[in-house]
Amino acid sequence: MNRRIAFRNARLIDPASGLDVKGGLLVENGRIADIGPRLFNDADPSDPEIINCHGLVLAPGLIDCRVFTGEPGAEHRESLESASAAAAAGGVTSMIVMPNTDPVIDEPSLVDFLMRRAAATAKVRVLPTAALTRGLLGETMTEIGMLQEAGAVAFTDGDRTVANARVLRRALSYASTFNALVIAHAEDPELVLNTSATEGEFATRLGLPSSPSMAESLIVERDIRLVELTGARYHFGQISTRASLEAIAAAKARGLPITCGVSANHLSLNELDVGAYYTFRKLSPPLRSEADRAAMAEGVASGLIDVIVSSHEPQGADTKRQPFASAAAGAVGLETLLPAALAVMHDGRASLMHLLGALTTAPARIFGLPTGTLAKGAPADLVLIDTDEPFVVDAEKLHSRARNTAFEGRKFSGRAQKTFVGGECVFDRAR
Amino acid sequence: MTSLNTAPILKSKHLLGIEGLSPFDITALLDLAETYVTQGRASDKKTALLKGRTLINLFFESSTRTQSSFELAGKRLGADVMNMSVKTSSVSKGETLIDTASTLNAMRPDILVVRHQDAGAAELLSRKLDCSVINAGDGAHEHPTQALLDALTIRRRLGGFEGLVVAICGDVLHSRVARSNLRLLSMMGARVRLVAPKTLLPADAERFGVEIHTDMKSGLAGADIVMMLRLQLERMSGAFVPSAREYFRFYGLDRAKLAMAKPGALVMHPGPMNRGVEIASDIADDVVVSLISEQVEMGVAIRMAILDALSRGMS
Repeated sequence: MNRRIAFRNARLIDPASGLDVKGGLLVENGRIADIGPRLFNDADPSDPEIINCHGLVLAPGLIDCRVFTGEPGAEHRESLESASAAAAAGGVTSMIVMPNTDPVIDEPSLVDFLMRRAAATAKVRVLPTAALTRGLLGETMTEIGMLQEAGAVAFTDGDRTVANARVLRRALSYASTFNALVIAHAEDPELVLNTSATEGEFATRLGLPSSPSMAESLIVERDIRLVELTGARYHFGQISTRASLEAIAAAKARGLPITCGVSANHLSLNELDVGAYYTFRKLSPPLRSEADRAAMAEGVASGLIDVIVSSHEPQGADTKRQPFASAAAGAVGLETLLPAALAVMHDGRASLMHLLGALTTAPARIFGLPTGTLAKGAPADLVLIDTDEPFVVDAEKLHSRARNTAFEGRKFSGRAQKTFVGGECVFDRAR
Repeated sequence: MTSLNTAPILKSKHLLGIEGLSPFDITALLDLAETYVTQGRASDKKTALLKGRTLINLFFESSTRTQSSFELAGKRLGADVMNMSVKTSSVSKGETLIDTASTLNAMRPDILVVRHQDAGAAELLSRKLDCSVINAGDGAHEHPTQALLDALTIRRRLGGFEGLVVAICGDVLHSRVARSNLRLLSMMGARVRLVAPKTLLPADAERFGVEIHTDMKSGLAGADIVMMLRLQLERMSGAFVPSAREYFRFYGLDRAKLAMAKPGALVMHPGPMNRGVEIASDIADDVVVSLISEQVEMGVAIRMAILDALSRGMS
């Protein structure tokens, strides 16, 4: 079988090589076989299936580095299948899923289970992370070597911080033995205990229990010291404050193997968006001041923030229709990741090439993936993007099972039109 | 049969560590031990070299082979041997150790063999007692008689140390055996490698002039001797290593990993072994590659040689 698909009349953007030209791309057997400005320009190729891109952007499929699903254990909120449908609709071709499930992904057999379930049910690639500590309890390290062999791409306690510095030190030291990537969640667990907002005037007016934003940078600074001691590859899953960014900038300048991400939520919203106790905007970490939000946009533009993530976290009415302080944190985001990133371009803060890099090439580099590029021979994970199509976010039209978007009613310009994984079309907005 | 030469061998009246010994001291001890290997294989294993001398085994940590090895060595040389096992729980560190030392000193022993969980304990006792002190293991510091018996075993099999590649694998961080062995073997001209996950490697170990490896493949490549270390049970459940099965998978010596070493490479282990954790049973029991039983035999001989050597300076 030699299945060929020809994309013609596209604006090809490959952040891996800096390519931005009009041209064509040929897919053969699920891989990119050819690419170039003159490909399919003059004459239509005779045999392949032809997709006329009408000048839209054809880019590598997005890699979302921070996705929570409910499988296993809470499939009523989100399964791998439903999350993957949302991913495909958002132009996301690879989801890196967090181990915060029931049971926790802390055993090689569970990594294997997750990969088999994904292969059987998911439309996009699912790359499992495994817990850094058993049961996410922050007490004893997991079998990092065997979990890595089973297919875990990184090690993390997901939305939990390893509070004990001795445990983290040894886990990092052990992880570095296997050159394993560790992903951190930076929130001092004691400072943020039972709080739901960022300490400041707004939280005071609303009367919400709150934690200082330094609860994040405190852990960022601690972890940087531990990385310096152990040499582990370290990725801050999502940061949200200027102080964290400054600490990471200094660490990067010292040559430490540290990278970081920001969620589309923290890039687009600030604490005022909580408005009248709007629980769909209760997040972990909580939304920050406008100054911190602006710092995140600057960080993305300067490249100090390596990746933009959705931090997709499905919740149901049971966990969200609660008073703000009692409601669960988190918002779905697979379908709004690309539009939120494009908003930074429309604001004139960063180029399309740069933003797509933070969604494709940078995650591929951090996680050591063969995707995130339009290079010949790479898997044909592609997204066709209309960067200007205006639309209003409507929770009812989301593809994910959970509908707790933080962007309900938000006007965006630009979103995915078609999505391909290994050359297979997994989403077509026209259909 | 005793050694005919009674010239002094060691400058010090104590044996506290490999550090402080010279290559000449070590060679002399190994040469002397050869005569005791012969004596140990004879039907009459006993001499009267230490007749009338008192040897006290003072063990603050439980031990089977080191304690019985010293007991046998002392008895074969005609000394009176007393074993004192001290329950760790009743000892409240320094103060009691000094008190114990004064009590023992009053009994006028000639040689005290001491094992203690704290580094420096043997050194401390040597300053408080009038007799010779032999360190049978102090914390993660030194276990010189183990390194000497390992050296004797290696020299008898391979003829010497110059240029030998010795891979010391496993829990180096907590191991006094590793520290004594790397000192001795480096001093004698062997190329020593330490092979362990980073959680089990001590800081700045490369300053000892050894190669550091974190995977068995590169660590064992071309090794003449593979020396496995014991991993304590309490250290394999998440604090330093996630589990025994993961440890065995990546650092346990099995046929596949041994095949990465030089063809004909020999395997050593100070004992007691954790089968299926740091070493596979079929390797531990393979008399062609395993020197483990031979190490025990050499243990008695080298301890007889040490007792002989220390007694030469006694009045």
